[in-house]
Amino acid sequence: MIPPPPGQQPGTESVKAGVPPAVEVRDLHVRLDGVPILTGVDLTVAVGEWVTVIGPNGAGKSTLLRAVGGLLPAPDAVRLFGTPLGALRRRERARVVATVAQYPVVPPGMAVLDYVLLGRNPYIPPLGRESAADLAVVDEVLDRLDLTNFRTRELATLSGGERQRVFLARALAQGATLLLLDEPTSALDIGHQQEVLELVDRLRGEHGLTVLATMHDLSIAGEYADRMVLLDTGRVAAAGAPHEVLTETLLSRHYRAHVKVIPTPHGPLVLPTRPRRHP
Amino acid sequence: MHQALKRGPSFPPAAVVRPAGLRKRWLALGAFAVLVALVAGVSLGPVSLPPGSVAIELLNLLPGVRLDSGLTEREIAIVTELRLPRVVLGLLVGGLLALAGGAYQGVFRNPLADPYLLGVAAGAGLAVTVVLTLGVGSGGALSGLPATVPLAAFVGSLGAVAMTYLLGAAGGRSRSPATLILAGVAVSAFLAAGQTYLLQRHAESIQAVYSWLLGRLATAGWQDVRLVLPYFLVTSLVVLLHRRELDVLSVGDDEAGSLGLHPQRSRYLLIAAASLGTAAAVSAAGLIGFVGIIVPHTVRLLAGSSYRVILPLSLLFGGAFLALTDVVARTAAAPQEVPIGVVTALLGGPFFVLVLRTARRVLT
Repeated sequence: MIPPPPGQQPGTESVKAGVPPAVEVRDLHVRLDGVPILTGVDLTVAVGEWVTVIGPNGAGKSTLLRAVGGLLPAPDAVRLFGTPLGALRRRERARVVATVAQYPVVPPGMAVLDYVLLGRNPYIPPLGRESAADLAVVDEVLDRLDLTNFRTRELATLSGGERQRVFLARALAQGATLLLLDEPTSALDIGHQQEVLELVDRLRGEHGLTVLATMHDLSIAGEYADRMVLLDTGRVAAAGAPHEVLTETLLSRHYRAHVKVIPTPHGPLVLPTRPRRHP
Repeated sequence: MHQALKRGPSFPPAAVVRPAGLRKRWLALGAFAVLVALVAGVSLGPVSLPPGSVAIELLNLLPGVRLDSGLTEREIAIVTELRLPRVVLGLLVGGLLALAGGAYQGVFRNPLADPYLLGVAAGAGLAVTVVLTLGVGSGGALSGLPATVPLAAFVGSLGAVAMTYLLGAAGGRSRSPATLILAGVAVSAFLAAGQTYLLQRHAESIQAVYSWLLGRLATAGWQDVRLVLPYFLVTSLVVLLHRRELDVLSVGDDEAGSLGLHPQRSRYLLIAAASLGTAAAVSAAGLIGFVGIIVPHTVRLLAGSSYRVILPLSLLFGGAFLALTDVVARTAAAPQEVPIGVVTALLGGPFFVLVLRTARRVLT
């Protein structure tokens, strides 16, 4: 792992003594169909922290999230709240970590209420049906996300921003305190991007959620993350506060991009600039 | 449309909204359809019996009920020994095919899936052709046994599904539902080729094979019902108990996995149960197309898209549909019988188009 940058121990302020981190990844290797995707990734996310993973296409961001979410076999390399993933049963795991996929499947004909109710699956006995308590949780989540009037609407008829709220609602209904967001704003316009990310941040504060996200838009990513991790070809290339990761040197090296980074009070702004021609 | 759906006082937030599930109204309608099919199926035929008397005679079958229906001994025998078993078989076979079709559509997340998707039809077809051609060739020694053809159909169906599964498993970890469907296509083509070759070599048995392929509910009394009933019970129990899991599966394997489900395990259990039921239906009634795809879709369009609705209603309406179709099959060209597979398609096709059109008008 990259040594923590001098002057700041990432996330230390939220780590209480003796509390294990929400996510602890040690030397994670993942091969898919024989191709190495992740080669020795280390990552720690403290409870209550927001960490955003960035990196060029194919760096392994989504794979890292899938491994943390338990969708890939990585029994010993990943610990959630101190427990190795391999020691959690599927349903237990689903009560600890909830994932919003990059492109969630929208089942045709399903109403918002039924979709959010799917989030209660880890609490419903395998062959049983939902209890009044499950419905109460769903109602409360819908209310909190201002979705009550959408309950009977078909999910497929909602706009992108509304759908993203419903996807979040299903994840919240899982009652998990660790939220994995894979490109949560890639389908949204700039206003709805801010709306969704503000909502996530508000919920994080209100409910002590921990957020591990991947994002492509670097400026917005830097504004919301406590810490960022730059992934390149399956390894951690840099980790630290946004202003330490979003630097012209790192971005040009790992993204092969021509960018200008402008520091602001909210975080660094990353501007793509056209490369100068050499006549 | 968006105007009308805007938030407003017309949507009181306090109103109780229930999740998708089987409403009593639909359940009652399904049970009613089954009763209508039962009475109509027993009343109508070469000798028409008054439906009221038939209904009373059916009540008499319940323990402790003794009512006078006004039917003669012979008519009572027609009811209980000839027509009733046939109608009950129709209810069981139709229910199984529609239920299996609905389960396959959920498991494969594919609206075109039908109970014959994984090679059941081709496997049963080949096995029955082998028995009938060899039987004819060796002087009817094999085909003389009453249970040979159903047994061959049953074994052939399950054998084909097993082949499809093994072939699909060759894809290793990257195996997906699509791999399984493609394996089913390959297995079906392979077995159908074998069947075609045998038929071509034994042209004399083409009629016997085809009369079986087109399906029929002509029965040997209660014998067939007794053969199908255990499979009917096992299949409907397993599939209906997993109806909520099929809704969870509808968001795909990855998301279902992160919701705490074991998608592969649920999928293969449901495939096994649905295939077993289909094999039993095929062994009793031959290849009756259409029921397994049309009934679940009609239910989906009219009553809702949750599998908690589709599966139980498919069981009821599928049974009623096939039993009523059988009435048409044996009365339309009496005393000749029209193959029931032909009737299901002839009636089901236009009916489904009608449902599609009405549903679209109601929904938009």
